[in-house]
Amino acid sequence: MILPEHNFVHAFLGGTLIGLASLIGLLASGTIPGISGLFSRLLRLQGGAGGWRLLFFAGLIGGAALLFATVDSAAIYRPVRSIAWIGAAGVLVGFGTRLGGGCTSGHGICGIGLGSVRSIVATVVFMGAGVVTVWVFHNIGLAVPR
Amino acid sequence: MSTRPLVLFAAGGLFGAGLALSGMTDPGRVVGFLDVTGAWDPSLAFVMGGALAVFGVGALAWRKLHGAKGLYGSTVPTRSTEPIDARLIIGALVFGVGWGISGFCPGPAIANLAWARTDALVFVPAMAVGAILARIGFGADRE
Repeated sequence: MILPEHNFVHAFLGGTLIGLASLIGLLASGTIPGISGLFSRLLRLQGGAGGWRLLFFAGLIGGAALLFATVDSAAIYRPVRSIAWIGAAGVLVGFGTRLGGGCTSGHGICGIGLGSVRSIVATVVFMGAGVVTVWVFHNIGLAVPR
Repeated sequence: MSTRPLVLFAAGGLFGAGLALSGMTDPGRVVGFLDVTGAWDPSLAFVMGGALAVFGVGALAWRKLHGAKGLYGSTVPTRSTEPIDARLIIGALVFGVGWGISGFCPGPAIANLAWARTDALVFVPAMAVGAILARIGFGADRE
């Protein structure tokens, strides 16, 4: 059993690691290291000076693997939707984050952390849209849990 | 040889470890966080709190000590000066809908590639398609 207090402590500690990683990324790369922006620019496959993004993602996947393998609560995984919904959501997330210029990390952590009002606005909007979407799934009967 | 690639690899490692430790990689947990009118699980608010505390204070302290000078000859970026426009709002709306459907934002989806989870193997390529559509259709990330 995982105690709720445990959840809060792990969430906070995990958050501090994400914040530290973002800070190091900001200072060492000279860019705002939001995940959706790094991902989108990696897709342009320019190589050379942009190759560090590939290393960053290799580290990200490796760091997650290490925690999945060693911390029981980190390995918890509960799928919520059918694969068709997941595919559709992936397109929406890829499109929306790049049209809006950021995701949970780029706007939610880096943008707000640098005092950007537009990042605060974006974060309020995507959180609100997420809340409404989950409400719709839970109340209109769209949900097909696996 | 510059230590920059190693430092950025390590930063990625910290990011991935933080996502997994915090519970952000569990879509059930994320949907629980967004389910404010149901069985709300507020714990993920502490992820943002912890991250913002370290990043915000760190960035401020660095600026006080070193000004705009970053590591390895870089310049530390400042906040965007772009306007609050329809692109920002519509983009954030579309992203939020996708996040609420799947429980995935970009970082956790990529982190779940570590365990080759089917959701991640479908979501990440779909996310690439979406990002490319935003570039081709709306000129995102062209610079």
